Amino acid sequence: MDFILQPLNLVTFFPLLGVLALLFLKERKDLARWVALGASLITFGISLWVLSLFDSNNAELQLVVNRDWIQVAGWNIKYALGIDGLSVLLVLLTTFLAPVSILSTWNAVEDRVRDFMLFFLLLEVGMIGVFLAQDLFLFYIFWEFTLVPMYFLIGIWGGSQRMYAAIKFFLYTMAGSILMLLAILWLGINQGTFYVPDLVALGGIPGDVQYWLFLAFAAAFAIKVPMWPLHSWLPDAHVQAPTAGSVILAGVLLKMGTYGFLRFNLPMFPQAAVQLAPAMATLAVIGIIYGAIVSFSQKDVKKLVAYSSISHLGFVMLGLFALNAQGIEGAILQMVNHGISTGALFLIVGFIYERRHTRDLEEFGGLWQVMPVYAAITLIVSLSSMGLPGLNGFVGEFTILLGAWGAGQAGGSLGSIWYTVIAAFGVILAAVYILYMFQAMFLGPVTKKANEKLKDLSWRELAIIIPLLVLIFWIGLYPKPFFDLIHPTVEQFLTIFQNSTAALP
Amino acid sequence: MVPVSYYFALSAILFTLGALGVLIRRNAIIIFMSVELMLNAANLLFVAFARSYEALNGQIYVFFVIAVAAAEVAVGLALIVAIFRSKQSIDIDEISSLKG
Amino acid sequence: MFNLVPWIVFLPVIGLLLNAAIGRRVGERGAALIAIAASTGAFVVSVLQFLALNAHPEGEVVSLGDWINIGVLQVPWAFRVDTLSVTMMLVVSSVGTLIHIYAAGYMHYDVRYKEDTASYARFFVYLNLFIAAMMILVSGDSYLMLFVGWEGVGLCSFLLIGFWYSRNPDGKFGTLNAQAAKKAFIANRVGDFGFLLAMMMIFWAFGSLNFDAVLPQAESVAPWIILFITLAMLLGVTGKSAQLPLYVWLPDAMAGPTPVSALIHAATMVTAGVYLVARSAPLFVAVPAAQTTVAVVGGLTALFAATIAVGQSDIKKVLAYSTVSQLGFMVAAVGMGAFVAGMFHLVTHAFFKALLFLGSGSVILALERAHHPIDGNGAHHAKPEAHAAHFDPQDMRGMGGLRQQIPLTFWVYLVGALALAGLPPLAGFFSKDEILTDALLANPFVYVLLTAAAFLTAFYMGRQVLLVFFGEARSNPAKKAVESPRVVTLPLVALAVLSIFGGLINLPGLHWFTDWLEHTLGHDLAHVTEFSLIVALLSTLLALGAIYLAWTLYGRQPLKADQTDPLKARLGALFVGMENKWWVDELYAWLIIQPYQRLAAFLANVVDWKFWHDWVHDSLIVNSFQWLARFLANPVDLGVIDGIANGLAATTTGLARGLSFFQTGFVRNYALVTFLGVVLMLGYLVFSS
Repeated sequence: MDFILQPLNLVTFFPLLGVLALLFLKERKDLARWVALGASLITFGISLWVLSLFDSNNAELQLVVNRDWIQVAGWNIKYALGIDGLSVLLVLLTTFLAPVSILSTWNAVEDRVRDFMLFFLLLEVGMIGVFLAQDLFLFYIFWEFTLVPMYFLIGIWGGSQRMYAAIKFFLYTMAGSILMLLAILWLGINQGTFYVPDLVALGGIPGDVQYWLFLAFAAAFAIKVPMWPLHSWLPDAHVQAPTAGSVILAGVLLKMGTYGFLRFNLPMFPQAAVQLAPAMATLAVIGIIYGAIVSFSQKDVKKLVAYSSISHLGFVMLGLFALNAQGIEGAILQMVNHGISTGALFLIVGFIYERRHTRDLEEFGGLWQVMPVYAAITLIVSLSSMGLPGLNGFVGEFTILLGAWGAGQAGGSLGSIWYTVIAAFGVILAAVYILYMFQAMFLGPVTKKANEKLKDLSWRELAIIIPLLVLIFWIGLYPKPFFDLIHPTVEQFLTIFQNSTAALP
Repeated sequence: MVPVSYYFALSAILFTLGALGVLIRRNAIIIFMSVELMLNAANLLFVAFARSYEALNGQIYVFFVIAVAAAEVAVGLALIVAIFRSKQSIDIDEISSLKG
Repeated sequence: MFNLVPWIVFLPVIGLLLNAAIGRRVGERGAALIAIAASTGAFVVSVLQFLALNAHPEGEVVSLGDWINIGVLQVPWAFRVDTLSVTMMLVVSSVGTLIHIYAAGYMHYDVRYKEDTASYARFFVYLNLFIAAMMILVSGDSYLMLFVGWEGVGLCSFLLIGFWYSRNPDGKFGTLNAQAAKKAFIANRVGDFGFLLAMMMIFWAFGSLNFDAVLPQAESVAPWIILFITLAMLLGVTGKSAQLPLYVWLPDAMAGPTPVSALIHAATMVTAGVYLVARSAPLFVAVPAAQTTVAVVGGLTALFAATIAVGQSDIKKVLAYSTVSQLGFMVAAVGMGAFVAGMFHLVTHAFFKALLFLGSGSVILALERAHHPIDGNGAHHAKPEAHAAHFDPQDMRGMGGLRQQIPLTFWVYLVGALALAGLPPLAGFFSKDEILTDALLANPFVYVLLTAAAFLTAFYMGRQVLLVFFGEARSNPAKKAVESPRVVTLPLVALAVLSIFGGLINLPGLHWFTDWLEHTLGHDLAHVTEFSLIVALLSTLLALGAIYLAWTLYGRQPLKADQTDPLKARLGALFVGMENKWWVDELYAWLIIQPYQRLAAFLANVVDWKFWHDWVHDSLIVNSFQWLARFLANPVDLGVIDGIANGLAATTTGLARGLSFFQTGFVRNYALVTFLGVVLMLGYLVFSS
């Protein structure tokens, strides 16, 4: 019982209780919704409890659960969970977005509600597990596990080409994971442990092997992020997924990729990370510009937002490979920011889709007149997405750019400030596509008859979006509490990182 | 004092009746009753021997058997009802889904 | 006293929140009162800062709390009170409050002409938001906080230019206003890009973004770094202060309601760039090359925009280009190191340009109300056919003779125009003269540019006043124009008074303003410019000459209705160029916008979708996989593996078919077999022993 009541075990597996309850329900839609909402809210509560137990001055892993699990044939596999400054915000983001997404399906999902909620809660278990697992084997299980519910969420409740999108999503991510699995097995066998802190402390992997291991891990993570040019699954998955699926996909699943780089690639293969930083930063910068340009030419709002994700996550990757405090802390915060802002954008697209059953920009225009509250909220979220100072996006973007600039100077990991200059140029392009979208949807006269009588947001929809707005302003105006959570771990992380790169020739 | 062999014969007759009933009848409920008959034939024998050896073990077994039989009837009848729902019949010749 | 300074931001924020929450319920009067009270409160706080600063001229930094702290990056929310920032606070809050009052009357009519009375409160929400953002800009203690205000005012500008988002500037339904708003935001973003780069360079060179840590260290950093910083900053300035080559958004920004043009696009926001350069004075002074660049950009803009202003027929467009031109004066001044002169001109320009814009608003309102009158409750008196006949109340060709109908507006407008033309003893004379004097000493080339621009300025203002107020009325509404209500004219009078006496703050010989700014800029940067009689005489004569020239063209024989501009006959092709703004918009469309659209469409549709998504993934990968699968399935699998497997399978099926005979599916049969088996076994057991 003690074992089950470990805070991290609770927060990871609590949604399973909801799944269990749902299994006993027949097709009673409302009950299923309430049960799922309740389970996810309690999970959120538990995660807040975890936060209260979390000591933000401590840079080490905390609340660790560590048991021997599979110990056969010399394999040393553990069941190990732990939380530190790198993951605490992402766990909170996950548990926060889950009830928000569930609430957003209230009217949108009408058939097989129970199954939907079931998959959704399973997905939540997987996601939290990914952020908490400290054993590579366990991590891999959670990592793969998230695929299955997402596959069904897209494949059953998606749009007209849902099967195509679901299969593509599944195969694409699988392909990368296989390489990662090989690397994990190599590590487990050669280093004698799968426990990540041990692996980091052990080090001693020869340079050329590091190089290949880094690439194998990167294959899985880069696809998930997605980094240019491995992004081709993203527009399909986003466009076809139901709103809640898109929110979680953009809000959390993509972060699993960037988190993976941070948690595994950088500390375990420091030498390769330094070696490959310029290459990764190049891809990141291309992604920033490419995503922004391609977004501008989209006719489908959801697709536009999907491509903008590529651009935003390019910033995160750039920050990570700046390999300094500003870059990494900015990147972690930007992961959260992107989860909030892009999640909110997908919700916003969902709201209008429920009313008009189209996402074609040309079908809108002049909505401000009809739905002023909706317009005002969209404006705030869009501005956050394009990085207006005072809102959350700016804090992340600016610190990332600052870090990358520092890394571009002599002695930094990137070696050229051009990365930053070009990335900063993406800020202009972001304004271009965001304003293009905003104008097409909200400004100008009302041209389509179907838009004249649209209802403004309901109380339920406001209840979904307002918590996100609060966070947008909070992080924008006073991000200190968030940085305080991240800072000690990143500091220690960088010290270890520098030692390990300095030790190797 | 009636000798044990009388009980034995009665039990054998009852058991044979039961076995024949199971094999011959097509009505599931009758089959069930026949199964009960066989169980009770065994019970009879248990009791008879317990008496003759003056040991209580046999009687205790009987209680077990009665309890299990009751449970079996509950499950069995539920199955029959379920079969009747889906097939509109309890004729066991109609139930041949096991045929390969 | 200094501790009150955050309230210059809080008060407008409270005002905007109040109006956003209850603005529609308290009615027009309530909404306007809330907004005006908030703005007045900010003004009062600014005055208090001013008084406190007189006692302690060294000022103070008031910190409110942490903002971004990562390692060495420490940026607090901190307000800086010194003579420079308080100057800006006073300008913003005083002009801002006057414009709030004006807008209370002006928007009453505007929302009725646009048939959207619900937007009244919305307007004041934006206006207060602007005051808040502008105050952050001028009072921030670090470049990053300045940037918050910098982008914040850009947002307000976007919102207010696109205030009538469903219409065109002429009042019909369309998307032109929205496009103008977007254009402004994007042009500003290009500038912000420069600002961002400058900030990053500053941080890594100085280790901080706070003014106190950066500015005194300017000498200790390599010159090329400072050059990079200042040039990147210049890009920011060209965006925000509408200089070449990014000035194109400002004329389009006239799509916003007139009070907005006055407040944001003339008096305050666009001067932010000038403020930025003045604030960063030590950096600019450290590299002469940057100074020269800034000065030349300012001078060229001043002349270039002035030529365009000559050719415009829209009353607000003339003023817009005039603003670009005057901003060029200021930028040139601060670029040459004449920081005091630049700031001085910023202040006086705020007064008289706000006056001119508000005056033009009053003219427009007078014509609009004559065109189709409405009573106080918003009901139209006009007959439908009056509606149908379209009339552009901003076209000067449709005005004329208005001095009789709207005398008050005429007089204050005249004051503003003369101040802008730079005639003594009005405010514009002193400030412009100081710039010209400094220019003559610092950079003769820029002096020539600026003098030419000053000549054109006097000419186009003369042309405008003559076209609008003199001669015969050239349209029906112009004949029946009615003077604006008092709430509109009172701020005009106040601004007129400021435009007349504003020059006194830095009267030659007294140079009170120079001493005031010296507390912040230091003695070296805030030098006193000696009054030069030659420069003053020359510029006054030029201005008078330009006005006389305008009179010979437009005053002696007033323009008739439908007559082409007499200047066109004299200048020919040159005038066509001025009229069409030298086709710069078209050039940008051809050079940047269209290629970008084509690039985006190409990348999105062809590269990303047709090639990468459809061909590589859906065709190449999928097809080769299918080919592989077919190859493995047919020759390999069927031929070899199936051969073995089929043999096994055939055996198994045969066996199964035989065995399935016993598989009747009847439980009874199975039971019988079991029974017989038991009997057999029992029999064996019984009989074998």
